[in-house]
Amino acid sequence: MTTVITVPPSLDDHTLEQLLEQLAPVAIDQKVLVDARHTRWASPYGLTALLTLAQSRGTQAAFTGPETEETASYWQRAGFYRYAEELFEMHGHVPRARTTSAESNVLLEITPVAKSDDVHDVVDRIQSKAQQILVNELNLDPMATMRFAMTLSEVCQNIVEHAQTMGWVAVQTYRYRQRLGRRVVVIAVCDAGIGFRRSLESAPGRKLSDRWDDAAALEEAVIRGVSRFRDPGRGQGLAGVRRYVGRWDGKLSVRSGTARISLVPPWDDDLPLREHLSPLPGSQVQITIPERVPQK
Amino acid sequence: MIYHISVSSVLRKTVCDLYTNLVTRPTGVAVRQAIEAALAELPEPNVTVIDFAHVKMLDFSCADEVVGKLLDFYQNAAAQPQRYFLIRGVHDGHLEAIEAVLERYNLAVIVEEEGGALRLVGTLEDGARRAWQVVNAHGHCGPLDIERALGAPAGSATRVLDHLSARRLVMRRDDGFVSLPQSV
Repeated sequence: MTTVITVPPSLDDHTLEQLLEQLAPVAIDQKVLVDARHTRWASPYGLTALLTLAQSRGTQAAFTGPETEETASYWQRAGFYRYAEELFEMHGHVPRARTTSAESNVLLEITPVAKSDDVHDVVDRIQSKAQQILVNELNLDPMATMRFAMTLSEVCQNIVEHAQTMGWVAVQTYRYRQRLGRRVVVIAVCDAGIGFRRSLESAPGRKLSDRWDDAAALEEAVIRGVSRFRDPGRGQGLAGVRRYVGRWDGKLSVRSGTARISLVPPWDDDLPLREHLSPLPGSQVQITIPERVPQK
Repeated sequence: MIYHISVSSVLRKTVCDLYTNLVTRPTGVAVRQAIEAALAELPEPNVTVIDFAHVKMLDFSCADEVVGKLLDFYQNAAAQPQRYFLIRGVHDGHLEAIEAVLERYNLAVIVEEEGGALRLVGTLEDGARRAWQVVNAHGHCGPLDIERALGAPAGSATRVLDHLSARRLVMRRDDGFVSLPQSV
């Protein structure tokens, strides 16, 4: 029997939870059909999380894409179908890959990250494309562009160093009407690996606290900079990401297992910590940096 | 003699000749090991400029390997060879990563700015920092010079200068303490 999992009309870090709630009671080996026919929009987090979801299933999941040509075409340009066709059993219309000019809102199409060289490639590509958009359109300081690439490097390295599997990264800009009314640039990094809790548990001689779960592991890693490595230099990557996000009034969200921790800026009303969510293997990171509004 | 190591050249020779960004920990490990191998060939004591010119970006992981671990070995480990470092060719983006690792390891290092002026970055208590500024301004000092310049009590400067010397921020010679550029 195949269970149909309906993708919400707008797929982002919040509405992904609706999708995972539908998936939670379905056994890992049971066939699912991920139905995105009525989806009109997806954030880079939503698209990379769909690929992660496909990787997490014991039986290959089926997928039907958006019926709206505009949406399907955007997902194609964002690089989604290139990898979805490898991971899902595709049903229905699959938009053809076009050789026309790249989508300007897609600063980095969905890109696999498995090894250190991939991180170099991601950083090179973002530097060549991001500068003009981040400085001229989002009014970010040129130095912020450099730090943006540093941030991207660090979050991608988390996959290489901790996930024990490959993952995905995507960077896009879009207008965030719902909460902010401004343009934002968003980094999404998702993997279906071992997640923060198991990564920290693998540290030799580590003593686990009485309250040890996905939320506790996220607090340790994201807030306190704890790493599975004893090396004193470890844990600086996420600390640097936190500083960058704080300085530019951005938002950092990290989901792993059944918990999600967020550094919430004043423009957002998210909860800093969400627990007892429906499970998703691995780690999913989203960084949102808003357009700078010139001071009056 | 001041020795010079171009990090950009080391990166291209040891990791990939197309790379201009110093990112990822494996890259940092490879570059640090190549720098350590080059340092092992040099006589001691010596001053080595670690030059970041032409490195577009330095992330925290690489800064940890190339700056943090390298300096930690020579500044904090007991009985290490007398190697002194100047950092050159850094921009604000590099410095953000470098300062973060210096703080983490409780280290300080001297940065040569574009015009040649020297600046101390990292973690150092105020008294030692002021003493370093005096040595740097004069080029060569003894404890009495420091006490006079800072209005410090007699006998207090020797300990501070010893501390700066142990942290490889000034060089001790038979006739006093010298700033690194003056040491050669």
